[in-house]
Amino acid sequence: MSNEAARTLANTPQAGFAAHPLAQLTIVRFKEFIREPEAIFWVFVFPILLAAGLGIAFRNRPADVLRVAASTPALAQALSGNKLLDVRTLPPAAAESALREGRVALLAQPAPEGGVILRYDDNNPEGRTARLLAGDSIQKAAGRGDPVPLTDRLVHEAGSRYIDFLIPGLLGMNLMGSAIWGMGFAIVDARRKKLMKRLVATPMPRHHYLLSFVLSRLLLLVVEVGVLLGFGAGAFGVPVRGSLSVLVLLCVLGSLSFGAIGLLIASRVQTIEAVSGIMNVVMMPMWILSGVFFSSQRFPDLVQPLIRLLPLTAVIDALRAHMLRGATLAEIAPQMAILTGWMVLCFIAALKLFRWR
Amino acid sequence: MPVRALRVQNLRKSYRDVAAVSGLDLEVRTGECFGLLGPNGAGKTTTIEICEGLTTPDSGTVEVLGLNWKTSANQLRQRLGIQLQETQLSEKLTVLETIRLFRSFFHRGPDPAACIGLVQLEEKRNSRVGQLSGGQKQRLALACALAGDPDLIFLDEPTTGLDPQARRQLWDLIEQFKHSGRTILLTTHYMDEAERLCDRVAIMDRGRSIALGTPRELVVSIGIEHVVEFASGGARPLDTGPLLRLDCIRQLEHHNGFIRLQVAELHRAVPALLAELDRQQMPLTGLRTHSATLEDVFVALTGRHLRDE
Ligand SMILES: Nc1ncnc2c1ncn2[C@@H]1O[C@H](COP(=O)(O)OP(=O)(O)OP(=O)(O)O)[C@@H](O)[C@H]1O
Ligand SMILES: [Mg+2]
Repeated sequence: MSNEAARTLANTPQAGFAAHPLAQLTIVRFKEFIREPEAIFWVFVFPILLAAGLGIAFRNRPADVLRVAASTPALAQALSGNKLLDVRTLPPAAAESALREGRVALLAQPAPEGGVILRYDDNNPEGRTARLLAGDSIQKAAGRGDPVPLTDRLVHEAGSRYIDFLIPGLLGMNLMGSAIWGMGFAIVDARRKKLMKRLVATPMPRHHYLLSFVLSRLLLLVVEVGVLLGFGAGAFGVPVRGSLSVLVLLCVLGSLSFGAIGLLIASRVQTIEAVSGIMNVVMMPMWILSGVFFSSQRFPDLVQPLIRLLPLTAVIDALRAHMLRGATLAEIAPQMAILTGWMVLCFIAALKLFRWR
Repeated sequence: MPVRALRVQNLRKSYRDVAAVSGLDLEVRTGECFGLLGPNGAGKTTTIEICEGLTTPDSGTVEVLGLNWKTSANQLRQRLGIQLQETQLSEKLTVLETIRLFRSFFHRGPDPAACIGLVQLEEKRNSRVGQLSGGQKQRLALACALAGDPDLIFLDEPTTGLDPQARRQLWDLIEQFKHSGRTILLTTHYMDEAERLCDRVAIMDRGRSIALGTPRELVVSIGIEHVVEFASGGARPLDTGPLLRLDCIRQLEHHNGFIRLQVAELHRAVPALLAELDRQQMPLTGLRTHSATLEDVFVALTGRHLRDE
């Protein structure tokens, strides 16, 4: 084709939604992400592996049968009255070492002056349980009656297990990681490669560039949240008791707040090394303090107000309340307010500091 | 369209203690290919990026396509085609996706496929950018510059780092754009590139323009037509005094083991040189001559070479 032809043909209008710069920027961002195998692994596969691993390791087994030892057949007889105790009779030396090595939770021996000595470690929950069960069966075998009749009725409720605690934690961690990393790396990489400078030299509206991050993030969010919650529900029956609209609102707000933090972190940095360092420094305290894997209540009371102000704590607390208790929007309003605050402050600061080159 | 595509007056830009551009005047006429030729650090990139609206000058006026960056930035960006010295386009996208993205920013311009055709990358349209060769990447950058059917194209060292074949291919493309009536401003530190592509050249050194004209005018202006380089392998050094006294020899310098003479008339200078060597009984171990080039213009004006060899 001659160039004259190319110049006359040059007015081909690019019609349709897909030719809009914002659509193109978003599509491109999305493609760049899904063509990065490591990113796919960290965002989608890793949380599921973690949830599966921890869910299995900490699953609530049906009330465990506790192993206990007795040094005489008569005592063994008395203890075996309780179905929750697995009793064995061991000669004194063997019983001694079994107790020390933790192969039995408790050792029952006749006391020289009459009665029974129960030996166990009271720091070990199994030891304390065994003490209660053993004491009870020995007294019953000796003829103690129950003044009040008790009836057991068992409930196994989804929502109170470790996996139920864990899935909202992992979801919050994932929202934070993918938003901050996604924003930080992409922006600094484009700046480092002078691609950002090249884009700024075109008539591209600059707010479209930033908006495309938000849109591609929201697209990915659907997949990310869907995959993790779907896995939790399918594999472990983790409930989502609150309404879908509140869940969507919470995830979007959380993602936007973390996105704003990511934007702020990336606003001036020139190298990938520097931005990874800053991102880790920002996220590390939240991984530890915000109650991803264990309740943040374990930290001293003094720091609790500070921990509650962290965006990850807010997201996770709200997710747990929503999923496990079915909390309404009004009930998680304080957390939503904290997230909005972070979003607004970081976004304003980022716009002030941002460098296009 | 104004006669002048670009006018720069008394432009200055400093970075802390470095004066990158110090008092530059330029005028690029509509439809011409104008070259900024200069060594590393001459201020070419700084100048071109000021013209592109990417850098704000400390002082001076810049008028692009009759418009001004302060008042008409968006309008200008629609009409400029830009290729930066060191952009790395996203490696994960394909050629077509990249062009489509750039095309989306402009109101008008060729269809993405046609744009790829302009730089002859048709068979690579679905390849990832990361898999292109250096020359192909450079052609893609050129295609991005053409995505908005620009009136004025800025090319910052379009062929630096390419092998000779890829350079020639790029030159052919740039020549085609010239014939399509676009105005081009390019920077280079290859004198052969400037000679081949540019209608007019400004030679830049240390932030200012030290010579301006067509390549031919510039070569003629230094009053030397030819350069003679010779080596003499004698045991003692050659006494160059008598050579300098010859009126057909303008300047003499030692360069890479050769003695280099700037010469007005080759047919008188070479016999005289041979006679002088014979008189001093010095053997001639190498002799080459070439017509003066822009490189020689630069050497004549600054005493330095465009590139460190
Ligand atoms: N952002 C900057 N910060 C500090 N100094 C700069 C900056 N950009 C350019 N300079 C300095 O300004 C001078 C001119 O640089 P410029 O990039 O314009 O040269 P150039 O002619 O394009 O060189 P090259 O052929 O190497 O690309 C150099 O001394 C350079 O070190
Ligand atoms: Mg340069």
